[in-house]
Amino acid sequence: MKTSDRLRLKTRVFTIVVVLSNALGNFALATGMRNRATASALDYLAAIFSPWVGTGIVLLIVWLLSRMALLSWADLSYVLPVTSLGYVANALIGRWFLNEQITPSRWAGTLLIVAGTVLVGLGVPRSQRP
Amino acid sequence: MRTWFLLAAMVFSTVLGDLLQSVEMKRHGEIKEFHPRRLARVLAALARKKFLILAVALMAVSFFAFMTLLETADLSFAVPASAATLVFETILAKVVLKEEVDSRRWAGACLVAFGVVLLAR
Repeated sequence: MKTSDRLRLKTRVFTIVVVLSNALGNFALATGMRNRATASALDYLAAIFSPWVGTGIVLLIVWLLSRMALLSWADLSYVLPVTSLGYVANALIGRWFLNEQITPSRWAGTLLIVAGTVLVGLGVPRSQRP
Repeated sequence: MRTWFLLAAMVFSTVLGDLLQSVEMKRHGEIKEFHPRRLARVLAALARKKFLILAVALMAVSFFAFMTLLETADLSFAVPASAATLVFETILAKVVLKEEVDSRRWAGACLVAFGVVLLAR
């Protein structure tokens, strides 16, 4: 396999891991936290060690590490727009699996946020100082 | 009311944490060595920086606020609403960090701001 092909494959795999771990991590966290009433540090500790919240935290750690790894070779201007698809993934998960009502204005808001992130990502990653 | 308080706490701690992180990492300088032993030395040096310790603590505050927000708020609201950080960070990058922010980045931040306003309705 050529080096460029390997890099492209590696980038694709890591991008999928970044988007999926974020969406699934948030889903697990939301499922585990729903209708809880945490008030004390002990409540939080109990939540953290519950299966859903624990899974969510592990997945979000995977997200953080895979995103850091991706950023070590891929441009931020690639990573930012591509991972902003996570906003849409989260909305779909909320709609399909958490029975959330997504009003048209919420869809519009989510899409505007994706568009804004893409626009920021298209800029240069380092400001040119004189 | 509680939702907005938690969202504000999350956005505020993320913005302040990112700002401190950026200041301290720039002060440290570009990391060029990625050999595990060198990297360990870099990490040991970074672990003593006050701003970075504060930044990590603020990340934890942000995470706990997000967790608590999810008790009552929809996931499809909480995640995109957290993008509000991008708007404040762009302003602070310009004002505090004196970064050059081009018009495209301002336009992006404005789109995100409008998006968050739509979510709030």
